[in-house]
Amino acid sequence: MAITGRNGSGKSTLVKIIAGLLGKTSGDVTISANNSVIKQDSIYNYLGFVSPYLNLYDEFSGYENLKICSDIRGTGHYNIDNVLKRVGLYERRNDLLKIYSSGMKQRLKLAFGILHNPAILILDEPTSNLDKDGVKVVDDIAAEYKQDSILIIATNDEHEKSLCEKEFNINTSPPAPSPHVEGV
Amino acid sequence: MFKQAIEICKKDFRSELRTRYAVNALLMFVIVVISVIKFSIGDERLSNEMSAGMLWIIIFFATSNGLSRVFVSEEERGTSLTLKLISKSSSVFLGKLIFNISLTFILNIFIIFLYIIITNLDIKSFGLFLLCVSLGNLGLSAVLTIIAALISRASSKGTLYPVLSFPLLLPLLLSSISATFLCIEGTSIEGIAGELQIIISFSVVLITASFLLFDLIWND
Repeated sequence: MAITGRNGSGKSTLVKIIAGLLGKTSGDVTISANNSVIKQDSIYNYLGFVSPYLNLYDEFSGYENLKICSDIRGTGHYNIDNVLKRVGLYERRNDLLKIYSSGMKQRLKLAFGILHNPAILILDEPTSNLDKDGVKVVDDIAAEYKQDSILIIATNDEHEKSLCEKEFNINTSPPAPSPHVEGV
Repeated sequence: MFKQAIEICKKDFRSELRTRYAVNALLMFVIVVISVIKFSIGDERLSNEMSAGMLWIIIFFATSNGLSRVFVSEEERGTSLTLKLISKSSSVFLGKLIFNISLTFILNIFIIFLYIIITNLDIKSFGLFLLCVSLGNLGLSAVLTIIAALISRASSKGTLYPVLSFPLLLPLLLSSISATFLCIEGTSIEGIAGELQIIISFSVVLITASFLLFDLIWND
């Protein structure tokens, strides 16, 4: 699903609330798997999140960043090389993040988002700072995730919108009947 | 939760080894303060009451100088969002608390070593003295960690940190200074039992309350 809307309409706020990164003033967000509600404090196991305001650690290399994230999540290192190859950063995996370009950082964020094979992938303006090859990486990831997972993209970009099957415009769409996310 | 907390703590140590932000600032602060004390007192010997008070003043200001970094640096660099996406809030607090306790412990070994050499301090119950300082560190780290989480999103972090932490730390500091003084004088464990009870109770209450409150602070 693409979440669209004017600048300042609250697209990023909405995806942050869905991801449990921001408190809500009203309403409710429920994410369930096999008819059981996933608790807020374990939602991170099911969720991948990529956005321009997400930052990784500058003092570590690309590989170290993903290794640290895997260690903290407790998911093991089996997928690190795969995702680095997928986003085209394998050759530069040992370079410190502080010398990465903005496009390379965006690619690493994509690798971070899919590292643990999440059931829900939330992308906020995923192609920002990316070159043509980088956009192709996003296209491939989006195509894969909309097959058997939940893909949410917050965007106003026509190409990013075209990656989704449904669109929810914050300014014009009627309120969704239920914010319940099923089928994780 | 504990495994996640250890990994977060390891990440912070690796980060600190690369950037050396807190360690450099803390070591410079300690060296400057102890040098100033040495130049001020000259060849005079401080009384035991003064020595105990002075030691805890150095420990308080040195730790309040550096321990806020655990949360402030995450906020300033925008990496707190990353932490929220990979771990439970309770693990984040425990990891940061373990890091701060370890950093304070290492720092205090250095402070005590320098302080004893420079002031010719003669501690008669050295084992109990180390116990008092270690327990005091635990309470100090607990307060400073939760206050660091609170102030990390405020605009005037530097001012707020000592202002918010001092009233909370007052009972702990008073008991720690009193126990330290008695240890320098050569007391037995019975002599400082009351102070130790206050320090331990304070630390337990603070850590428990922090775990209950941290989720609200972190996910606000």
